[in-house]
Amino acid sequence: MRLAFFGGIYSNHLALAAAIADARSRGVDAMWCLGDLGGFGPHPDRTCELIRNNNVSVVQGNYDHSIGHGLNDCQCGYTDPRDNHFAQLSYDYTLTHNCDDHRTWMRTLPAQQRVEFDGVRLLLCHGSPRRTNEFLWDSTTSTQFLAKMCDNNACDVILGTHTGLHWQRTWDERGAVSTKSRGFINVGVLGRPENDGTINVWYTLLRTGGDVGAGEAPLPWEVEFVPLIYDHERLACEMRDERLPDEFIQTILTGWWTTCLEVLPSKERRRGQW
Amino acid sequence: MNSVANPEQLPIVELGSLDELWFQVAGTRCNLSCTHCFISCSPHNDSFGFLSFEEVERRLLEAVEWGVKEFYFTGGEPFLNPQLVAMLERTLAFGPATVLTNGTVLKPEWLERLRAAEQGSLYSLEFRVSIDGPTPELNDPIRGPRTFERAMQGVDLLVQFGFLPIVTMTRVWDEGQDHEILGRFRDVLRQRGYGRARLKVLPRLLLGAEANRTCGYSSSDRVTAEMLIGYDQSQLVCQHSRVVTDRGIAVCPILIDSPGAILGDTLQAANRSFAVTHGACATCYQFGAICTNPSHK
Repeated sequence: MRLAFFGGIYSNHLALAAAIADARSRGVDAMWCLGDLGGFGPHPDRTCELIRNNNVSVVQGNYDHSIGHGLNDCQCGYTDPRDNHFAQLSYDYTLTHNCDDHRTWMRTLPAQQRVEFDGVRLLLCHGSPRRTNEFLWDSTTSTQFLAKMCDNNACDVILGTHTGLHWQRTWDERGAVSTKSRGFINVGVLGRPENDGTINVWYTLLRTGGDVGAGEAPLPWEVEFVPLIYDHERLACEMRDERLPDEFIQTILTGWWTTCLEVLPSKERRRGQW
Repeated sequence: MNSVANPEQLPIVELGSLDELWFQVAGTRCNLSCTHCFISCSPHNDSFGFLSFEEVERRLLEAVEWGVKEFYFTGGEPFLNPQLVAMLERTLAFGPATVLTNGTVLKPEWLERLRAAEQGSLYSLEFRVSIDGPTPELNDPIRGPRTFERAMQGVDLLVQFGFLPIVTMTRVWDEGQDHEILGRFRDVLRQRGYGRARLKVLPRLLLGAEANRTCGYSSSDRVTAEMLIGYDQSQLVCQHSRVVTDRGIAVCPILIDSPGAILGDTLQAANRSFAVTHGACATCYQFGAICTNPSHK
């Protein structure tokens, strides 16, 4: 099987349209979005329409839970006043620009989903299986923690998003880092670039069974992180027209994060400009 | 879950999952004697002793089975323990590590080794440097003469070695002034060459030296069983942490010196519920996740 996973869309409907087309051109059998449809970008309704019209299954993110229930904030869990200021601007815009039909639909989305392909048990969630808004960063999440989470949830692979940075780790039954059968995959996000000075965004392909590349000892599954180019200048233009903060627009145009930086651990923070 | 608590029921919190394992690595020994220290650390307080390298390694191995996510090193001043650098090097093979330091005793040769250890690891090594405000006038009356400048030199050194220390301050001002104080601190750090300063504010804990300086907690500063109904208990440190001390495993880093805080000799023995009946538990309840890093949420 060939499966495509999109992380947070953050209303980047142009990247989402490009990702759906790219995934289809690669012959994927199914597509999922792991939540956080809105926030940051313009015209949140357009993202919902694309998702609902293209047979993309969705797991509920903290943003979708908040917008669906009309809560006061996005539940992203920022601790810094400046980060919270920008998060609130983005949330208030998204809340007032989503139609009732989409909001009702968001309330019905599952918090997680279990699927099995070719004997590989996948658990799809937004942050972590135990908490929708848990940040699992590459440099602050130990392998034994991930191994225990897989054991507790009786699955082989956990897929999540939420942090905005793609990464993966695999391990064997004893928890050692290796290329064995268990794994955690952060599928990245389509919403904004990865704070590395490039303007592309990322999504993830997962192959199982006969679609896994040939090798001496083929693994039960394999991952490919896909860098995606889209019309980022048009997105910036739409954001300007919607009077979204210039700080957000700069991120789209430069590839460097300008907000929501305080939750980054030091290894991830050092890779950015700010 | 019951919707109404019995008034005589204790506010009990279970260990949900052991996410953070703390090491009280320097016991209660510190080169400073801050007036607000919640466990009264000082050069002469030996009520808790140093941990050995072997003890830390034994607990790291034990932690694998528990799925511990992160490791924290505290004291006292952790760098007074001559084996700290070796302990951190070893820890980075098991998971991310954070050191809570006052920044006044750091040596370049230690930081050189630690930078190499972090670069060779999957995981982040974080430094939290305690400085109580952006000026000597705010900090020094609490932490001691010239400690502001000495700690800032520690921050300079960490930045020089490529670390991004989290400057951690205890709120010794009104909460409404947070925005202004954080802004001033960012300016001060920027002027010293630390342009992307990371800051964390901690609430004051009315224990230890701080209880002697103030009136401490009143009997009404308590968490009740009813207050836990519908409350997200993962906000409480004791729901996801334990502390290795030379006297045994303690429930949380704040209460190590309080009655009933030592739960047993092994992580297994310390896997039991705790009644959050201390005054400091009310502070933890009010502010949430006070001991962990901002990236932990």
